[in-house]
Amino acid sequence: MNLTLLMYLIPSLIMFGCGVYGFLTRKNMIAIMISLELMLNSIDINFVVFNRYLFHGQMEGMFFTLFAIAIAAAETALALAIIINVFRIAKDVDINKINKLKF
Amino acid sequence: MESLGNIIMYFVIALAIIVFSVLTVTSRKILRSATYLLFVLFATAALYFQLDYAFLGAVQIAVYAGGIVVLFVFSILLTQKPGEDAKPLDSHHRWLGLLAAVAGIAVCAVALFSYTQFCGQQLPDMADPDIAQIGHFLLSTDKFGYLLPFEAVSVLLLACIIGGVVIARRR
Repeated sequence: MNLTLLMYLIPSLIMFGCGVYGFLTRKNMIAIMISLELMLNSIDINFVVFNRYLFHGQMEGMFFTLFAIAIAAAETALALAIIINVFRIAKDVDINKINKLKF
Repeated sequence: MESLGNIIMYFVIALAIIVFSVLTVTSRKILRSATYLLFVLFATAALYFQLDYAFLGAVQIAVYAGGIVVLFVFSILLTQKPGEDAKPLDSHHRWLGLLAAVAGIAVCAVALFSYTQFCGQQLPDMADPDIAQIGHFLLSTDKFGYLLPFEAVSVLLLACIIGGVVIARRR
């Protein structure tokens, strides 16, 4: 039995599907951020796996993942700062109750 | 032909990724959901180690498991009342989300399985890229150098630090 490219892409695909489900159904802002992290992580796996199987000897996929991790960390830190500030003003992080900016 | 240990390791990692991803988005308690996210990130790091990207696995553990999950746990504890669970979803929303996720997975799976000769590729041999090589590529201006994105990311991180301080500061 061999480990093929497809076998690494399937867990990543399922992870992305879980992220989409959580992003669309969760009501807590932090839970939405967690689902977003799942999606970003599955994309990182795809970059690495394609680089390893199809372009071994080059390092483009690895560097893309490296920069993606850095940008995801920055984005998460900023988003959590915004969420904490919203919580301080509205006393809640439920997206159904935060509707002051809605038309 | 892979060694048996490698195959067993692959199945453990794949199972961990699938099970903990599902638990992350279905768990009712949000702190538990963050813990399951941590397990998913660790499994991803193990996947990178298995694919011979040791540096990437280390970065994944240090940045994701060490940084982002701690941020999540802090903000959950700051915004959540103890013992408060998420309310159960109404079935309308759940079915819509499930439909979107399953439709996306189905489209991607059809696309993947239609490229079988491409996806059935064996694992080629590759030396683990060593740190000297990575550092050279990261700071070179040659054809495959990454100096410009490296500097752009450093400016982005600075902007992010300043933005985080300004946003989260008490007025």
